[in-house]
Amino acid sequence: MGMTMTQKILAAHAGLDSVKAGQLIEANLDLVLGNDITTPVAVKEFRKIGVDKVFDKSKVAIVPDHFTPNKDIKAAEQCKFIREFAYEKGIENYFEVGEMGIEHALIPEKGLVVAGDVVIGADSHTCTYGALGAFSTGIGSTDMAAGMATGKAWFKVPAALKFVLKGKMSKWVSGKDVILHIIGMIGVDGALYKSMEFAGDGIASLTMDDRFTIANMAIEAGAKNGIFPVDEKTIEYMKEHSTREYKIYEADEDAEYEKVYEIDLSKIRPTVAFPHLPENTRTIDEVGDIKIDQVVIGSCTNGRMEDLRVAAKILRGRKVAKGVRCIVFPGTQNIYLQALKEGLVEDIVKAGAVFSTPTCGPCLGGHMGILAKGERAVSTTNRNFVGRMGHPESEVYLASPAVAAASAITGKITNPEDLE
Amino acid sequence: MKVQGRVFKYGDNVDTDVIIPARYLNTSDPQELAKHCMEDIDPEFAGKVRKGDIIVADKNFGCGSSREHAPIAIKASGVSCVIASTFARIFYRNAINIGLPILECEEAVKGIDAGDEVEIDFSTGTITNKTKNETYKAQPFPEFMQKIIASDGLIKYIQQKF
Repeated sequence: MGMTMTQKILAAHAGLDSVKAGQLIEANLDLVLGNDITTPVAVKEFRKIGVDKVFDKSKVAIVPDHFTPNKDIKAAEQCKFIREFAYEKGIENYFEVGEMGIEHALIPEKGLVVAGDVVIGADSHTCTYGALGAFSTGIGSTDMAAGMATGKAWFKVPAALKFVLKGKMSKWVSGKDVILHIIGMIGVDGALYKSMEFAGDGIASLTMDDRFTIANMAIEAGAKNGIFPVDEKTIEYMKEHSTREYKIYEADEDAEYEKVYEIDLSKIRPTVAFPHLPENTRTIDEVGDIKIDQVVIGSCTNGRMEDLRVAAKILRGRKVAKGVRCIVFPGTQNIYLQALKEGLVEDIVKAGAVFSTPTCGPCLGGHMGILAKGERAVSTTNRNFVGRMGHPESEVYLASPAVAAASAITGKITNPEDLE
Repeated sequence: MKVQGRVFKYGDNVDTDVIIPARYLNTSDPQELAKHCMEDIDPEFAGKVRKGDIIVADKNFGCGSSREHAPIAIKASGVSCVIASTFARIFYRNAINIGLPILECEEAVKGIDAGDEVEIDFSTGTITNKTKNETYKAQPFPEFMQKIIASDGLIKYIQQKF
């Protein structure tokens, strides 16, 4: 029996010729990642292990992005704690405010992940790097500590679901709509413990930013990882961003999938996930009249260049509706600069929105855009759980940057087509 | 090893944001986290929970974030075990890694109601509902996890290797 793409990468990193679903393996790691919330716990555990050094100073990345720039004294203490650890251990990829970005936008941009890698990160959206053809998965702080000490992690080899993408997306539809559509179809535990392997000739039409968004939300279907095959666009991206050698793995013809889904990209409509689960999806045509108080555009899901470009295109020459707060935050400092150069920041600010430094802040109800009781937000982030963005009785509607920007203009959830 | 306690019962998809909201993640102190455990789904939980109590929930318990603070908060609340039909995978790993016992048992989830007095024997996987006089059988841990648990969590398991 053949192997899936994920299984091939895991086998190679475990020093095995082949693996099969359910097998327990110990794999060598190419990168171990943590943020300012998960790393403090990992550092405490690391110190208990009793090793002096991390396994490889160039293969650990620490990105304080969640409550930074420090939101309060306790957050500042946590950041100080991990900064001191990073300096003490000589960790090469520690990114301070000023060079920091939202980790899953920053790590690929810095070229720290390439195709064929095995990556663990103490952040559930570490699955984002599957867009580059790497095996990449979220773990907790203890696994991060063990990974920093040993350079290894244990995995149960996942079974797989295959998503065959066909056709091309229509105007105003993006990777966000594709992944929301899929989560709506299979549910928030539809891929529990499994790989989501994307395939099909529809992938060629997806930009890297679309693929990052799709892989990013694999966890929202419960998946262990999401992964895309490597094509010319992937190679071009890696050449632009990384000096590391990549390795291309392809699924075997006879690889085993528990289920195969065919998805016609041309039929996907702008899609919105209603509170309080990402699986509560409706197409924009089924949304109805939903008035909103806040719009959030950014995050590890949708804080990349194309996201800002589409948002600015819609906001350009228009005004954010009275009574609506629109917060836009870029994924990284480079994205921030590029948005400045392209005049997007001016479009956004002139429309009456705010343009923030990179931070995870509003996405998880940390800071920079918390909701009061009874308030509603349209957000390009990834979760709409109870209390996710603030008060337990507030509501988050997940959508694409295009839908979010259009909604900011009208004050209710809006199809960008309706503004044309 | 046996534990016994009263049951707090929840439904599907209990996510890590309701187990411990992000607004409290500016600390990793277990006792501080325990004060806010389950706050957004059950504001009375932290005040009512007693040492040994058991959480029972349906599908996909612990979905969402990778925050280890979620099982840490539950463990520090005094909860002796979480039983669910299924767990989200990162939560599952984290719970094992920090030594919070968790069991997957759909039958128990169907049979047990909030407030029931339940005893769990980890060596056999037997769950006894003393209120209803019923027993359920949970899947035993796979061998590699038994090793981690026998070592009292992943860190001590690794310490033995250095």
